[in-house]
Amino acid sequence: MVETVGTWLLLARTWTRAALQYPLGLVMMTLGAVVSTSLDLIGIVIIFVHMPFLGGFGPAEAGFLYGASQLSFAVSDVAIGAADRLGRHIKAGTLDTMLIRPVSPLLQLATEDFTPRKAGRLVPAGVVLVWSMSRLSLSPSDVALTALMIVNGAVLFSALWVLAASAQFVLVHGHEATKAVTWGGVFMTQYPMSLYGKDFVRAVTFTVPLAFVNWQPSLYILGHPDPLGLPVFVRFLGPVLTALLCLVAALAWRTGLRHYRSTGS
Amino acid sequence: MLYALVCWFSFRRHSAYRLAALGEAVSNTMFGFLRAYILIALWQSRPGLGDYTVLDAITFAFLTQALIGPVQIFGGMDLTERVRTGDVSIDLHRPADLQLWWLADDLGRASFTLLARGFVPMTAGWLVFGILVPSPARWAAFLLALLLAVVVSFALRYLVALAVFWIHDSRGVEAVMMVCSLFFSGMILPLVTFPGLLGTVANALPWSALVQVPADVYLGKRQGWELLGAYAFQATWALALIAAGRLLTRAAHRKLVIQGG
Repeated sequence: MVETVGTWLLLARTWTRAALQYPLGLVMMTLGAVVSTSLDLIGIVIIFVHMPFLGGFGPAEAGFLYGASQLSFAVSDVAIGAADRLGRHIKAGTLDTMLIRPVSPLLQLATEDFTPRKAGRLVPAGVVLVWSMSRLSLSPSDVALTALMIVNGAVLFSALWVLAASAQFVLVHGHEATKAVTWGGVFMTQYPMSLYGKDFVRAVTFTVPLAFVNWQPSLYILGHPDPLGLPVFVRFLGPVLTALLCLVAALAWRTGLRHYRSTGS
Repeated sequence: MLYALVCWFSFRRHSAYRLAALGEAVSNTMFGFLRAYILIALWQSRPGLGDYTVLDAITFAFLTQALIGPVQIFGGMDLTERVRTGDVSIDLHRPADLQLWWLADDLGRASFTLLARGFVPMTAGWLVFGILVPSPARWAAFLLALLLAVVVSFALRYLVALAVFWIHDSRGVEAVMMVCSLFFSGMILPLVTFPGLLGTVANALPWSALVQVPADVYLGKRQGWELLGAYAFQATWALALIAAGRLLTRAAHRKLVIQGG
């Protein structure tokens, strides 16, 4: 584990030095990442100009959901989001090069072309989360739960990235469709799920467990009843389901990698 | 004739990636649902906001998802990479106008993308929410607005591509451009919800010609003289941006030095 983190840091540092060769481009891209993450936030602010509650949640509570979801996603995206480009590597034949190096291909994939600009996403997410928590006057145990929720959300999103990558062993262009759960996942969870149709929410509670990124734990922390009427213990199921999802992702990745045959080019 | 051929071959080239387009359509549809639910909440709380009904807003959500591909909201075109690698020298060598060549190429791309990625989100929206389907006359009016939208989108992306003659790494400019085109086109929220000065500015910028104007034409918010006004707005931006592109092309011609070999 320590070795894995060490390798990840080494590779990330190498690619960062490469990215720094174009400092102006890097600054603009990082700013671009900060602003483009903030766009949905500006959208939420505009919505609150027109109405006091969004799906039964006030500005601070909606900000809490937005910040938690975006922060989890940003961490996962920095750590392993680049794995989503597996299809491109398969097409270009560059995956084969990774397979002959003495480092886990997933680790190489996750750090390939790493750029610190992705960390730009952390800024608006962190600012909004801190702002909303200061307005919500949470108890120390709620703050601890929030931290746990964000770590759990980041692991859950990471598992989704690996699953999305694994799908590309089968469908090289799968990336276009799996965006619906990765990018769609963060878009969905940044709003209160009470907005969505009930069947829609059931689907993301019981199949792809996106409801456990922030929605179910936040219902507990913010003291809201569940619109689906699920019992209270469900609020705490996040880590269990995340562990299960990681297991599925690991199996999918191993299976995909074992059955991978180069394009032959 | 030459440009018609370029357009047709571009259409054929893009149609080689049908499965990828279908995947994109699936993602667009997912986002269509999410955005529809958010707009429903907004319009239920504020009925008649910006002269839209709830059904208008739902239609807007799915229609704009269908438009993401054709007007290429996330930016980029093949020319950018060709300028970076120097392949553009081959393009400049051809007995054809660089800008018109790539415009024809982009129209081919947009036509295929509309067919491949428009149908799924619109049908899903129609099946689940019964989104508005306009009369044949309004379809025709909408398609003309969409054509102008693609031209404006092309003209903007062409400027970004040519900027690479001077700045080498275009990703920063592309990121800034993407932010503008996402936000000021109406993709995040319909521009009719933007309050006060922000709304006025957003409606005057070229990006509103990409999504908001064609959507308003589709929804029948622009009829009679107002429809002509919408076209005039799009055409003015298209001409101005194309003209800027021509000036930049001429400057790039002078700037380009090709290594002999």
